[in-house]
Amino acid sequence: MKITMTVNGRPCSGEVEGRTLLVQFLRDIQGLTGTHVGCDTSQCGACTVHVDGRQVKSCTMFAAEAEGAEVTTIEGMANADGSLSVIQQAFQDHHGLQCGFCTPGMVMAAAALLKDNPRPSEAEVRAHLEGNLCRCTGYHNIVKAILAASGQAVAVAAE
Amino acid sequence: MPKDGIGASTKRREDIRFLTGRGRYTDDINLPHQAHVHFLRADVAHARINGIDTAMAAGMPGVIRIFTAADFAGVGGLPCGWQVTDREGQPMQEPKHPVLAEGKIRHVGEIVAAVVAETLEQARDAAEAIALDLEDLPAVIDMKAACEAGAVKVHDDLSSNLCYSWGFVEDNREAVDQAIAEAAHVTTLELVNNRLVANPMEPRVALGDYAFHDDSSTLYTTSQNPHVIRLLMGAFVLGIPEHKLRVVAPDVGGGFGTKIFHYAEEAFVTFAAKELKQPVKWTSTRSEAFISDAHGRDHVTKVELALDADNNFTALRCLTYANMGAYLSTFAPSVPTWLHGTLLAGNYRTPLIYTNVRAVFTNTVPVDAYRGAGRPEATFQLERVVDKAARELGVDPAELRRQNFIRKDQFPYATPVAVEYDTGDYEATLDTCLGLADYAGFAARAEASRARGKLRGIGLSHYIEACGIAPSNLVGQLGARAGLYESATVRVNATGGIVVMTGSHSHGQGHETSFPQVVADMIGIDASQVEIVHGDTANTPMGMGTYGSRSIAVGGSAMVRATEKIIAKAKKIAGHMLEASDEDIELKEGRFTVAGTDKSLAWGDVTLAAYVPHNYPLDQIEPGLEETAFYDPANFTYPSGCYICEVEVDPGTGKVEVCSFTAADDFGNIINPMIVEGQVQGGIGQGIGQALLEHCRYDADGQLLSASYMDYAMPRASDVPNIAVDHSCQTPCTHNPLGVKGCGEAGAIGSPPAVVNAVIDALERAGKPVAHIDMPLSPARVWAAMNS
Repeated sequence: MKITMTVNGRPCSGEVEGRTLLVQFLRDIQGLTGTHVGCDTSQCGACTVHVDGRQVKSCTMFAAEAEGAEVTTIEGMANADGSLSVIQQAFQDHHGLQCGFCTPGMVMAAAALLKDNPRPSEAEVRAHLEGNLCRCTGYHNIVKAILAASGQAVAVAAE
Repeated sequence: MPKDGIGASTKRREDIRFLTGRGRYTDDINLPHQAHVHFLRADVAHARINGIDTAMAAGMPGVIRIFTAADFAGVGGLPCGWQVTDREGQPMQEPKHPVLAEGKIRHVGEIVAAVVAETLEQARDAAEAIALDLEDLPAVIDMKAACEAGAVKVHDDLSSNLCYSWGFVEDNREAVDQAIAEAAHVTTLELVNNRLVANPMEPRVALGDYAFHDDSSTLYTTSQNPHVIRLLMGAFVLGIPEHKLRVVAPDVGGGFGTKIFHYAEEAFVTFAAKELKQPVKWTSTRSEAFISDAHGRDHVTKVELALDADNNFTALRCLTYANMGAYLSTFAPSVPTWLHGTLLAGNYRTPLIYTNVRAVFTNTVPVDAYRGAGRPEATFQLERVVDKAARELGVDPAELRRQNFIRKDQFPYATPVAVEYDTGDYEATLDTCLGLADYAGFAARAEASRARGKLRGIGLSHYIEACGIAPSNLVGQLGARAGLYESATVRVNATGGIVVMTGSHSHGQGHETSFPQVVADMIGIDASQVEIVHGDTANTPMGMGTYGSRSIAVGGSAMVRATEKIIAKAKKIAGHMLEASDEDIELKEGRFTVAGTDKSLAWGDVTLAAYVPHNYPLDQIEPGLEETAFYDPANFTYPSGCYICEVEVDPGTGKVEVCSFTAADDFGNIINPMIVEGQVQGGIGQGIGQALLEHCRYDADGQLLSASYMDYAMPRASDVPNIAVDHSCQTPCTHNPLGVKGCGEAGAIGSPPAVVNAVIDALERAGKPVAHIDMPLSPARVWAAMNS
């Protein structure tokens, strides 16, 4: 079937099977490979995107279910001039990523959290990341980056 | 020092592409006319294959070809890169490791058939139509049962399931026995180092391609060491010479050891692409990863520590059963032997040490190196038995360690287990960590916890590791079938910019940022003028890749040596241009100056002259400015450190919460402190996972019970505390040019015993002493131990 949706502000359409997942549509048909697949049980969160403003694991949704939706992926998160957004910049400043594979999902999760809760506590950040796995960082610097992106004072990395 | 030189916490340049979704991981690569392979994997642990009927599947839509072992008759098995010699002087038993199962299935997940189709969905659909005629065989899963007489054999052509029984140091065995017999006190502990799955967040991917025009093959793969894969697969499996084989490991989403090894899927897609004359791609699902990525750890150990009447360690004796799984993965035999036995001195002066390691075949996924590889197992048994000894003797665990430390003035120190530590200051890291963790103030925190109904405990460990793997002549004597140098080519361009082509590989470690810091520092130019190329055998010199915390210590040293050659040649050019002896030329802050004069040239003036040699000493030196160095280390490096963990145990449920974790490491000199801290925190996160959460479990039939993230407990953000990291104690390595020791594995090595010691401490303080609880310390296990 043919489906159409808006991805990062641009209309996108493509032929999919009923079983095609949203993440497959984004990666394989639209070529937006920033959204990653890290598991097949909807546990790791590497495929996290926003659908109509809500945080969604794009492996839990059929592409056809996103018909007509507004989808935002990591490729749509930078500022209009191409510079890093506040959250992205905080991840770099606080070394909140190593291998980078979970990072798109972490940034999308962080953006959803800060939209609903602009000044979360550390415990709220950790609780919100329940659905996003990282194997590299021990989460320490991811939590720090998200707190920093919310405007709260945190120590700068390696000081 | 330029602002982004050695010692600066330079922000990572690679972050920009990762943060904007523009990384290029293997699965992001797709080639024209690409086919997809789905592997039909064994769902039983042990069976004889009487027949594979592919007729129906072959006729299904989109199917291009179905492969079985018969198609691989002319292909070699996956090679093992390390041969261990047993106690009798005989080589280990080494079974063939076929690309596709031959005759028998030996573990759940083994590849039985491969379906190549136009789409992945078509390949999957067709695989369901393959009919297997299997004769089920009893599975052998438990290592000790596998060693019993009459046990079912994993490999019919081997004499038993024992791969080897290794003794180390064999000449010390009788003296160790005697010292233990005569000891004033012997502390004994039996423990399990739990089997783990490495679980880098990026699953493995392999994409094979074949080019008609020059009869060459290319493999894109998620590897920590593309040159190693090219050599192993080309020379031993497929018979493709290196000049016809290119291996590319682009952005790789974490490795942790399990992406070192040469896997069947890599050989398959390379072979199939050549057979079918079209690209063939495989992307692992996480479910496949659990049953096909090499697992880690899985040791069962008995350890005995002997002490004299003054609490000095007099001898250590260990017996370890180490699970190899069904086949020998690439470096599996080295992990429980040379990467384990040589670390059993720890930080201590224990004069006599003997260990016997029995490596066992079972019907499980092969086991190989996982972050730390042998060193976490050594550290865990040692730091647990020392802690238990302190409790039995009624002395402070910190002070028992201090009393037995190798003292600062005893370096270089030759241990009784064949290695010589170059530098260290164990009291410095101990005291730093005790201070940072406020060890002295623990009682007040314990009281506060008690008031909340929680049992608080504090535990420490003091680790050593051998990194910078490794001196080639030494590991060659120990059975390695490879050299373990590293390489770098430094190419200076005409206008002064530099490209460093390194055999090291970054899969999260940040080499693209930290390596330029070193070159920039040496020359005095901005780090942004230096680019790192890695991960492609076509444009990097033969190198051994990244594992064993070796990148900066070995790869960085190769880069320093090549840069030194560049500087020496550039000084000759500058000397000619400035009409001075090159011995009088100084290079500072990117300028060549004749000592004692104001005559100088900019870096770019000299690099341009190298490529536009109009005014140039052509009779003495060649044009151009490009140098290569291969660096083979003289010794391992020996990072060490102290980790202190505080936990609260819920007496009602047995749930353990890590309240704080403090690390004081000695990594020698440090290039980028921000990256180092991140490495330590990540390693500790994994160590806490091993101690409290992660457990790869098989049932008696060889079915993997923890085969997805629904069942295998990965540490999540709420499971790991903030981690305080200190690296102010620095005793530089004496035998590499940077004085660096490496930091990649320390966290995973040092942290599990600190966590377990803290829980044991909490229970003892609560009047519920237990000798030991095996990892992971799940609520059920802790509760059962408290209430037994």
